[in-house]
Amino acid sequence: MTTTPTRDIPGPAPRRLVASPLAWLVWGAVGLFLLALLGVVASVVVNSLGSRWFDTWLPSGWTAQWYREAWTGFDLFSVIVTTLEVALAVVVLSILVGVPTAYVLARRTFPGKRLVFLLFLLPIMMPPITYGIPLATVLYKVGLAGNLSGVILANLVPCVPFVVLTMTPFIEQIDPAIENAARMSGAGTFPVFTRILAPLLLPGILASAILVLVRTVGMFELTFLTAGPTSTTLVVALFNSMNAAGIRAQQSVDAMAVVYMLVMLVLLVTALRFVNPTQLVSQVKEEPLE
Amino acid sequence: MTTAATTEPTTEPTAASSSDRAGLRHRLAERGIDARLLLLLPGLVLVIALFVYPFVYGLGLSFQPMDGGGPFENYRRFFGDAFQRATIGKTLWLALPAALLNVAASVPIAYRLRGRFRGKRILTTILVIPITLGTVLTAEGLLNFAGPSGWLNRALLGIGLIDDPLRLVNNYWGVFFSLIISGFPFAFLLILSYLSGIDPSLERAAASLGANAWNRFRLITLPLLAPGLATTFCLTFVLAFSVFPSAILVGDPTDSTRVISIAAYQAAYEQYDYPFASTIAIVMGVIELAVIGVVLAGRSRLYTGTTGGKGA
Amino acid sequence: MTFSRLRLENVGRRFAGTDALQHLDLTIEQGEFIALLGPSGCGKSTALNCVAGLLPLSSGRIWLDEKRIDVLAPERRGFGMVFQNYALFPHLTVRRNIEFGLRMRRLPKPEIARRAAQALELVHLEDQAGKLPGQLSGGQQQRVAIARAVALEPSVVLMDEPLSNLDAKLRLEMRTEIRRLHQSLGLTTIYVTHDQEEALSMADRLVVLRHGQVQQIGTPEELHSHPVSWPVADFMGCRNLFAGSLLTPAADRGEAAMVDVLGLRIEGTAAAHVETPGAVAVGIRPEDIEVVPVPGPHTVDATVSVVEYQGREFAVEALTGPGLRLHVRTAERLVPGDPVALRLPPERLLVFPGGADLPRPVAPLDEEITPDLPADAGAPA
Repeated sequence: MTTTPTRDIPGPAPRRLVASPLAWLVWGAVGLFLLALLGVVASVVVNSLGSRWFDTWLPSGWTAQWYREAWTGFDLFSVIVTTLEVALAVVVLSILVGVPTAYVLARRTFPGKRLVFLLFLLPIMMPPITYGIPLATVLYKVGLAGNLSGVILANLVPCVPFVVLTMTPFIEQIDPAIENAARMSGAGTFPVFTRILAPLLLPGILASAILVLVRTVGMFELTFLTAGPTSTTLVVALFNSMNAAGIRAQQSVDAMAVVYMLVMLVLLVTALRFVNPTQLVSQVKEEPLE
Repeated sequence: MTTAATTEPTTEPTAASSSDRAGLRHRLAERGIDARLLLLLPGLVLVIALFVYPFVYGLGLSFQPMDGGGPFENYRRFFGDAFQRATIGKTLWLALPAALLNVAASVPIAYRLRGRFRGKRILTTILVIPITLGTVLTAEGLLNFAGPSGWLNRALLGIGLIDDPLRLVNNYWGVFFSLIISGFPFAFLLILSYLSGIDPSLERAAASLGANAWNRFRLITLPLLAPGLATTFCLTFVLAFSVFPSAILVGDPTDSTRVISIAAYQAAYEQYDYPFASTIAIVMGVIELAVIGVVLAGRSRLYTGTTGGKGA
Repeated sequence: MTFSRLRLENVGRRFAGTDALQHLDLTIEQGEFIALLGPSGCGKSTALNCVAGLLPLSSGRIWLDEKRIDVLAPERRGFGMVFQNYALFPHLTVRRNIEFGLRMRRLPKPEIARRAAQALELVHLEDQAGKLPGQLSGGQQQRVAIARAVALEPSVVLMDEPLSNLDAKLRLEMRTEIRRLHQSLGLTTIYVTHDQEEALSMADRLVVLRHGQVQQIGTPEELHSHPVSWPVADFMGCRNLFAGSLLTPAADRGEAAMVDVLGLRIEGTAAAHVETPGAVAVGIRPEDIEVVPVPGPHTVDATVSVVEYQGREFAVEALTGPGLRLHVRTAERLVPGDPVALRLPPERLLVFPGGADLPRPVAPLDEEITPDLPADAGAPA
């Protein structure tokens, strides 16, 4: 038995990479892409640490002053606190709402199931701007936008369906006979959920919680459309400061970008302990699109 | 039986009074309707209140133009104004090539890397980084990296490939690159997972029947992969179609990359014309769904059954 | 819990317009061991799940003495169930699995411990109590599943093909074990299986189902010696089944009946009332056919085509002139190509009504007859 991730399927024996021109092309393309990626990330980091950088390979000196400036100038501490508040609230709410929904969709057939499924698929398939603008309009009208609750509500729209799609395969993996066995042992619906399903679904819940966390911290459009001055998350603050060019030094904006990047990387490293990289990309399986 | 009566259920509906209700319950249950469906309720309420209702509200709003005119005035205004109408073309001109390139480049690379090799996990991990970082940070990095005095131009100038710095940001290409940087890893990882869902013994069987590498790919793997490619294209397209922050930050938001989401945003938050903003949002949604519909209609003609492997 | 009889009254269940189970009437006395028998898709698992409450009925009622129970949720019926794939809670230890139902009943702690220990002892798993199900062998897991079901001291134990995931040797052992448990605890048991040998050896009474309908209910001997229809005969191991036509005008059960099978005139015994005109099915077990040295009364001439060695005996397939393929069990050593005379004893050759739907009259009947219903619709959708 191997201990590699389950997705990997033993392929043909490893071939020598020098053998084919396709291999060169593939590795060349991957290499160029990674190089560009490195350049994009590194130039932000270098710029944020450089004292003066103009028309040279590297800045003329190094300094941490931009971080100090960004920290106080953008009020980064409270922005980070807001970001975490929003993210945690969204995670908890979308799990509480999404898991029971996923359960019904995974286990049951009922009239109108396809329609319900479509309802949960659409928010993921639509660009956030398309529903974000009407949603923000409605939320402003009822006085729920421009503050923390508006941001949380808006972020729930893609996150609950996301939890539903992530959890469905996890629930399908659990043999329904196990639930039946619990019921035959005298457990009603609530004990079945708390004593049997919840412990068995824990890995799935953890994975989907961490994915929602990453998405919410990185979600720009919906937060941007619904946030007020006191409910700005990190990514929106970053956009605002970039867009208001000239007010702050570019390096100070980059310092903030690095802070954002670090937050995301911490989340990413945590996430990858529980999920594989492909899961971070998409939960949309084959069937929903048919 | 000698055992105790501890298993006795405590309540007992009398047979006569419960029989009608039971009959109805049986008929409903036969069709899959019972009390446990109530678990759907919180999720449904949320999606309806926060997604369907705003959408319908926005749709209604779009037929009530602020400055009077018929119900279709907003749509006439959008399609009648070349400056607004052009956003559709500009968005598609960005999103379609970017999505196509992302999928097309991913196929050979994922095919090549589908087996197991050292560092696969590291490679896939690195590839998730741009997805998690998001477009705002990518834009900031691109401004630095591909700007007139950034490392990219310096390197190209240094090796003598170009004489003047290339203009790679604050125009179409800046946005295009940002769509590639976040979209390619996305497409690649998806296609990789589809590929690992295809049973490798199918290719070995084809090889045993005399098919060479190209024919194995063309006749066996590609047809099985095709539905996955269509799905991947859709998802990558959605990602590219919603391009917003990068179109503003690394693009040319007043002209060549004034995409439709910018038009919607400006209507809502610069002109405070919510009916018109909703109109644009609806147009945007319809166009996106139309593209996806076309791709999925094509996909439904493909073989979409089991691919013999596990996962995906 | 004491009761005297469990009564199923016209129980039926439909799935998406298809009847998975129809008109099941069955009265089970306390302490009885009932087997529901039939090929996959026959409705036996559906019937069991209906009794359990895991599937709501489409029609009919279920009574436990004078109490109607089909309106109760499964957790309120007080039945125990053993599942095909064991369905142990993978995150709970063996002891916790067994205690689960007792805890759900909120019994006092010492009582829970006592009854769990008793159940563990019953299935000889005292020393595995701390393990997780994944660490046990298939046979041990099945024992845990049984212990979990009986620890509740249920009024009825439902078993859904509990042995089908075990290998042949273990299956025989567990069969004895279940029978022993049944005898020592006196548990009323409903046992679902597709294995006629299992059913015949364990059950007090058998219910044979086909296409969702009851074919016959009876003791193992009754079903073995006196099947009333060809599907029952087929299921009871009657491998030689042919479509034929009746030559005598009519015959009641037990009367002699002359039939024509592919031009051969054969004398048999009516298994139920048969009439002309009308196709009949003719069946005889391989072990009832005798290989005789010379042709005589009730014999047919055939040529040996396939010989399989099966322990003390040979399973022989022989072909008659008109193309009838007969399966014979004999101790005689035959070689393919040998001409043989086969005697079909009239009292053993059963004539059933309604052979028209017999699948492919002349073709080899060694393939299993697969009903056209969807796969066993037992699992709750």
